[in-house]
Amino acid sequence: MKIDDLEKTTSEDLGVLPSVVRRNILKLGLVVTGMYLGGSILSLTSVRNVYGAGVVPEVGKYPYNPHYSMVIREKLCIDCEQCKEACVKTNHVPAYGFRTTILEKRRSLGGEKFETTFMPVLCNHCNRPPCVRVCPTTATWKDEKTGIVTMNPGRCIGCKTCMTACPYNARYFKEETRAVDKCDFCFESRLSKGQTTTACVEACPADVRVFGNLADPKSRVFKLVHAPETMIWVLRPETGAIPNIYYINS
Amino acid sequence: MNNLLAGILPQSGGLEASGSGKYTLAMGVLALLSVLGVAAGVHSLIAGHEHTFGVSRGVPWGILIAAYVFFVVTSTGLCIVSSVGHVFGFENFNPIAKRAVFLSIATIVAGFLVIAFEIENSWRMPVGNVIGANLTSNIWWMGTLYGAYLFFMMIEFVMLQKEQHKAATGFGLAGLLTGVAAHSNLGAVFGLLNGREFWHGPYMPIYFITSAAMSGCVAIIFFTIIAYKANGWKMSEGMKKSMESVAKMGALMMAIIIFFTCWKMISGVTGNPPGKYETIMTLLTGSYALNFWVGEVLLGMVIPFAIILVVRGRNINALFVAALAGMVGIFVMRYDLVIVGQLVPSYHGMGLVDYPELLSYAPTLHEYLVVLGGVAFCGLFFLMGEKLFRGHVAEHS
Repeated sequence: MKIDDLEKTTSEDLGVLPSVVRRNILKLGLVVTGMYLGGSILSLTSVRNVYGAGVVPEVGKYPYNPHYSMVIREKLCIDCEQCKEACVKTNHVPAYGFRTTILEKRRSLGGEKFETTFMPVLCNHCNRPPCVRVCPTTATWKDEKTGIVTMNPGRCIGCKTCMTACPYNARYFKEETRAVDKCDFCFESRLSKGQTTTACVEACPADVRVFGNLADPKSRVFKLVHAPETMIWVLRPETGAIPNIYYINS
Repeated sequence: MNNLLAGILPQSGGLEASGSGKYTLAMGVLALLSVLGVAAGVHSLIAGHEHTFGVSRGVPWGILIAAYVFFVVTSTGLCIVSSVGHVFGFENFNPIAKRAVFLSIATIVAGFLVIAFEIENSWRMPVGNVIGANLTSNIWWMGTLYGAYLFFMMIEFVMLQKEQHKAATGFGLAGLLTGVAAHSNLGAVFGLLNGREFWHGPYMPIYFITSAAMSGCVAIIFFTIIAYKANGWKMSEGMKKSMESVAKMGALMMAIIIFFTCWKMISGVTGNPPGKYETIMTLLTGSYALNFWVGEVLLGMVIPFAIILVVRGRNINALFVAALAGMVGIFVMRYDLVIVGQLVPSYHGMGLVDYPELLSYAPTLHEYLVVLGGVAFCGLFFLMGEKLFRGHVAEHS
């Protein structure tokens, strides 16, 4: 293009742009900026609420009703073992076995100092229980109503596959019934007889264990796992079993 | 009954077993050991595993499961080896086919005998498996398919004896397919346990089938040579050729197993996968290192592989040494696979106090006796078979 030709072209400066085009460009600019700005603001907001998102089902999405579960307020446990004693007594657990036990965690606080936490463990009554999948004779199953993982001792052939499948070591072979035995949230010994809580919960003097219906928004377990500023976790989530025993730090 | 047996038992021809005192003595000893094993098993059922077995809450499966796996791996392998000849038509494999089919029955029955004492209420199985059938359970499929497998193999054997080859081939194929399905399900019993990192994944079913083929080759060489040596029979050229072919197939399978094992170990160490790493290190440098390096690697893989390669599968005495080493090594492989897979406790890596890094297990006398009983029962079956079926000689070898 020669300089003479250039002189003949019309100017493209802002003065000659139609206002519609200007507005459109401005709008586009605002949208792009807004998107980035909005994203940045989101990333700056607190992620506290995200803690439980992976392990606690979304409100209203419970496979069972009552959806029995237990919340363990780990920090309060003093390892008095009254829960274990109550369980043994209520469910006739032999000396060589246990349905629930307490493990001890230790964390260094630097120097000579340590922090000890006691971690009660029991059957997690998983939503996707590996023990139930592997049982060849359906001697163990997930109760359709309550979600409790139940045993029928008379059907158990004693192959012990459920014991190897359980990620929580929650099962043992009970010689007296010639069947695998496990925690049933005291269904047989208490819940089926009208009581509303388990023996271990009742026996706990420190209010560590909270039992209830997760599907009921008024229940204490619901309130605990949906409380703000609360860290909630489950044990061995990587196995995909979707456990129903929640541990919280408050 | 007599007529039925007469149709199956060869009346003449074949090889005559020496009915000497040695034979009677061997039968007597094996029978005694079998009875002892059954007695130990029955006692453990009455007294309870809690008091008689070394198994525990943390390690619920012991040497009996390992022995069961060993027997059914061998059985499936023998079925695979037998089918190479008379199902798929590789003639070199024909001379060993009848003995292989017979031994596949003997080994699976021995396996059932052992597991009957590991399962604490085996009498609840027939009803429970039917009214409580759980189609998502690999152990249900394994049991059911192995039942069908035993049935097919027995019919196949009868058809072979009656010289009805078309029917035998059909049932042989059915046996092979159910055997492979059953066996891969046994692999899946371990492989589909998400909480057991050492077992979890598709490796187990694949590994089980490959090692079955290897075990079958090793077992048929082992038993055939014993039968010929003990009875002073002379091996026909066809049988020698067959041994060579089987040995070469076995060597190929060993090469695959060596390859598999290398990568299993490398993948278990690289990046320290939690749970798996601890198990692999137990095998490589820990308390099971002797089992792994001497039992699995040397006896189970390197020695038999090297011997077969050096003699090119032709020296019968050398093949026997290879097969013997292989049988022992394969048993150790099964033992390690079952036991070591359970040693990492459920709550590992959580910083727990007074909590074992690794669990432990040691078989008790009761368990050893039951396993020995199973082995003896298999031997008894084998010796009887050689005598009754006149060396399992195929008509065209």
